[in-house]
Amino acid sequence: MARVVVNVPAQAKRGEVIEIRTLAGHPMETGFRRTQLGELIPRDIIRSLVCTYNGAEIFRADLHPAMAANPLITFTTVATESGTLEFRWTGDNGYSATQTAAIKVV
Amino acid sequence: MITRRAFLFLGLFVGSARAQLPPNIGELRKKALDEAIRKVVGNAQVRTGKVKLELPPLIDNGNTVPLSVSVESPMTAADHVRAIHVFTEKNPQPYVVSAYLGPRAGRARISTRARIADTGVVTAIAQMSDGSFWSDSVKVIVTLSACLEEGLI
Repeated sequence: MARVVVNVPAQAKRGEVIEIRTLAGHPMETGFRRTQLGELIPRDIIRSLVCTYNGAEIFRADLHPAMAANPLITFTTVATESGTLEFRWTGDNGYSATQTAAIKVV
Repeated sequence: MITRRAFLFLGLFVGSARAQLPPNIGELRKKALDEAIRKVVGNAQVRTGKVKLELPPLIDNGNTVPLSVSVESPMTAADHVRAIHVFTEKNPQPYVVSAYLGPRAGRARISTRARIADTGVVTAIAQMSDGSFWSDSVKVIVTLSACLEEGLI
């Protein structure tokens, strides 16, 4: 099963810039490696990450085979209101993972 | 039947096995990089400045290279960074990541981890909300390359 971790501060001041760290457990197989028998290992990567904040998209990333395994992506956003952040990863072979994090803005 | 001598000669030609890579690999890579950048940038001019790409200058293991890109920008609705793209020169596919931000990001800074195939140049390009492109390049030395386990060349 897909394993993903996100790190969002539980509480933030209104207007504060918060850092969000996301990590997805995935081999990110490039499609350039071969087995010992010389067969090409087919590509299997996460292609995109989308982050929404109370339904509005705040960040999107397109990933390519040159991303390291277990893609870690760190970005920032302004804490505007209490609510939930939703993260969605999608990739090859029907890979899909979602994670949510609650944030309280004071 | 193939004699031992003939076999050895054959081995000499076939076995000088850089044959896997085309002889003009350098040019091909450069072309692939240019093409990838053109696809993002179009015909716009890319200027250096504003962008700061940070990654270690000496990389022991190209499989996991931490890098971060920050862009000087007020990140307001009128003036913000729309996207950040990262390219490497020597990878079989030069594209690493593209991140789309907006004014809600607050600060134009992302960090991630990349695979870098070989000693060469890594480039970050930022697209601003006014349509201009800014870039920064860093030359890195890689001792253990990623992507191809047996290494390039």
